Amino acid sequence: MSEWSKALGGFAHSGAESATISGNRGLQIEEPLLFDQDMAGRSGVDLPSPPDVTERLGALRRERPIGLPGLSEPQVVRHFTRLSQKNYAIDSGLYPLGSCTMKHNPRLNEKLARLPGFADLHPLQPLATVQGALELIDTLAHWLKVLTGMPAVALSPAAGAHGELCGLMCIRAALDARGEKRTRVLVPESAHGTNPATAALSGFTVDAIPANERGRVDLAAMRAKLGPDVAAIMITNPNTCGLFENEIIAIAEAVHGIGGYFYCDGANFNAIVGRVRPADLGIDCMHINLHKTFSTPHGGGGPGAGPVVLAARLAPFAPLPWVVHDRQGFRLVELSDGEAGHALGRLKTFHGQIGMFVRALAYMMSHGSDGLRQASSDAVLNANYLLARLGDVLAPSFPGPCMHEVLFDDRSLRDTGVTTLDLAKALIDEGYHPMTMYFPLVVHGAMLIEPTETESKETLDRFVTVMRGLVAKAEAKEGAAFGAAPRFTPRRRLDETAAARKPVLRWRPAAEPSKAAE
Amino acid sequence: MRYLPLTEADRAAMLAEIGAPSIDALFADVPPAAQVKGLFDLPRAMGEIEVERALSRLAAKNLPAGAAASFLGCGAYRHHIPASVDHLIQRGEFLTSYTPYQPEISQGTLQALFEFQTQVALITGMDVANASMYDGATSCAEAVMMANRLTHRKKAILAGDLHPHYRDTALTYARFAGADIATRSPHPDVPEDIASLVSEDVSCVVVQNPGVFGHVYDLAPLAEACHRQGALLIVVVTEVVSLGLVKSPGEMDADIVAAEGQSLGNALSFGGPYVGLFATREKFVRQMPGRLAGETRDVEGRRGWVLTLSTREQHIRREKATSNICTNSGLCALAFTIHLALLGEAGFTRLAAINHARAVGVAEQAAALPGVQLLTPTFFNEFTLRLPRAAAPAVDALAARGVLAGVPASRLWPSAGLDNLLIVAVTELNTDEDAAALIAGLREVLR
Repeated sequence: MSEWSKALGGFAHSGAESATISGNRGLQIEEPLLFDQDMAGRSGVDLPSPPDVTERLGALRRERPIGLPGLSEPQVVRHFTRLSQKNYAIDSGLYPLGSCTMKHNPRLNEKLARLPGFADLHPLQPLATVQGALELIDTLAHWLKVLTGMPAVALSPAAGAHGELCGLMCIRAALDARGEKRTRVLVPESAHGTNPATAALSGFTVDAIPANERGRVDLAAMRAKLGPDVAAIMITNPNTCGLFENEIIAIAEAVHGIGGYFYCDGANFNAIVGRVRPADLGIDCMHINLHKTFSTPHGGGGPGAGPVVLAARLAPFAPLPWVVHDRQGFRLVELSDGEAGHALGRLKTFHGQIGMFVRALAYMMSHGSDGLRQASSDAVLNANYLLARLGDVLAPSFPGPCMHEVLFDDRSLRDTGVTTLDLAKALIDEGYHPMTMYFPLVVHGAMLIEPTETESKETLDRFVTVMRGLVAKAEAKEGAAFGAAPRFTPRRRLDETAAARKPVLRWRPAAEPSKAAE
Repeated sequence: MRYLPLTEADRAAMLAEIGAPSIDALFADVPPAAQVKGLFDLPRAMGEIEVERALSRLAAKNLPAGAAASFLGCGAYRHHIPASVDHLIQRGEFLTSYTPYQPEISQGTLQALFEFQTQVALITGMDVANASMYDGATSCAEAVMMANRLTHRKKAILAGDLHPHYRDTALTYARFAGADIATRSPHPDVPEDIASLVSEDVSCVVVQNPGVFGHVYDLAPLAEACHRQGALLIVVVTEVVSLGLVKSPGEMDADIVAAEGQSLGNALSFGGPYVGLFATREKFVRQMPGRLAGETRDVEGRRGWVLTLSTREQHIRREKATSNICTNSGLCALAFTIHLALLGEAGFTRLAAINHARAVGVAEQAAALPGVQLLTPTFFNEFTLRLPRAAAPAVDALAARGVLAGVPASRLWPSAGLDNLLIVAVTELNTDEDAAALIAGLREVLR
């Protein structure tokens, strides 16, 4: 037992109570690393002997063994099945992780992405053999353009943060074409960390804008920061407090007035899709997380896709490649000359996350224009319902109505000794994935709850009962129980400080000690 | 709508609880001028049958590589994916979870990432690897930025036979980050002397192995030349199956490896999603981009995993982060890990040997065709042929008969005078019949 766990010894007794011979706890089965199950010569794949040829590797044949473990197919299947059982997922229950939009992932979309006509296409096949794939990309682009009101969309970004990079680089390219050197990007304090990181990666300096007492951009403070060196403002709308920036049109006018651009982080587009067109808000470019709004699976952390819609004045700077349709059919513009003379260049290999495009388009077609409007309506209704049912026991950071997510802070817990983290861990024991904790940074002990439209009223009611019960326990000074949570999970609280202090980032054979990090 | 559980009665009851007259009232903060009242001009909701029919119709307009004799490579390779890979990654607990922010209920993803990091470190011959990047090209671009940070220099040299998409991605990233990139023209038939170009203002040299034309290189002398000038050697690998047979970048003293992992576990999928691999020396780990899973203990003293060293990352460091990357290719990394776990040492090395042997067989038959020259004396599973006439029309003509003969170099370098070059990849999925169809087809269209 480590020093750290000894210090918490009072809470660590449940291990002894539930001790078993195997270390397993019923359905929670301990699973060693792949590398601890190695048996030399074993393999889970049967392959024929290679044909006999004269090698053409020069002198570069690998001589030393690689060190990969050998397992049979049943061992590998059992290994990963057991690992999967240590994960919480949308399929298991409510996953109200604010700003991440953990909604149902339809399996139809998985099936369609695996059709050989999509999954088994090489990206460099002759264009005549991939007309259907190009038409799919073009169709997705059409839906995104109609839903946002924007005239162009860049489809290659691989994720939201990659889309942000695409957008800010387009802005840089447009400024370069104007012959202007603007260096500053305004980013609200409440922004997701990728926003300032992206601005820095695109060569800008970041200037933070404060929020007003209503959780929105402080318009006066923002205007005061405007100047000829401001390249753009980067605003999430609805914002990370779950609120619509009601002065957004004035914000857009102000930034346009000094010749800057308006980048919108579209992470929360799911709140307004089918009801509001970003083009009508004065936005010049916005990325859309297909894995949020259009429900491509989060996959334990990717892959996502982050298409960027662009206003006419930024469209010429979009990254390559583009799909165009003319008399010969669909084709790809892959080179930065002629029609793409101002193009940004490439942001990744090939033509974008096609597997994600198939899923997103299947999701859009399933909903249709009517279903998408209903989806955003229900997402907002569900969040406001939680605000109404929890607003008297948790402290809403701002008055409602909220959009698709509701922000509470830890004011109501202040005298209980229970922290946001404790409450989150207690929710785990109750069978829920916690809300987003400690983000956004503009309120203390933030709890950002996003139920999404795919949760039923019954599910929300049960969650409300649990949350109210936990707050009552906290107020009854049962804080010690919170500190011990979670108790019923495959692992209990883990020592993150020790993990970072002396990083162990890979398995090594017992005889090969890790070299110390410098 | 089948995905939406709320009924009209639910909605009415919930609005009553909220005290709002309608859902529209909840959108009161949206400026009225920006509220769209009716429906957008798009199709209405469809059932599963209709959606499946519509998208299947689009899929049917394509020629799947598996329905042809396919010899396409250049950064994406068609390999066999064992059935259990796709079954396991579709388990809902992997498919529908997110970044493991709550480690107590994410040990499955975290342990799999730790195994992924270990496998990547082993096959590349490096100390450590991260939990994946978007793809090989973004991995390469981030490697250049990392080398600039480590060396406090700004100039990178990209080898001429680096895949042009990797070159272009690095150029895009560098253009805005203020880095200086020296590119070289492609050189399919003469070895390139980069070592003599490395001076003391160079942060890194980026070289691909096997090169985009197929050459296999001994990079140890280049590594030495880089290190002598305080520069780093970045090795790009677009075909990771090669690492089962070819000496690893780590064994040749590379400092950073940026690779595309698609070949293991991931379908071609017309170019994405794929999975970038990123590996380096242990001493550089704090300048690394991307997520990292690390080992630790829980309060009961049991081994477990968490995301670690997050002080490098955007959610803590914001504009001072090592990268803006948030999450990346988790499920593709999982597919990679399951496939490589199934293969194991014996399967992985045999898979590589089969790829090489089959490629040698096809290359020798092709080189025997009249007027055709093999430009790559050494290669792994991909080689370059010089045809007696332009490759692109030959490829189009062969595609019409069900042979995807390779990638014409002009697709990647349209105006570099490489029009007669054809880059051909051969994997374990290519049968003797495929090879015969390719050779017969080439003989005919080149006549």
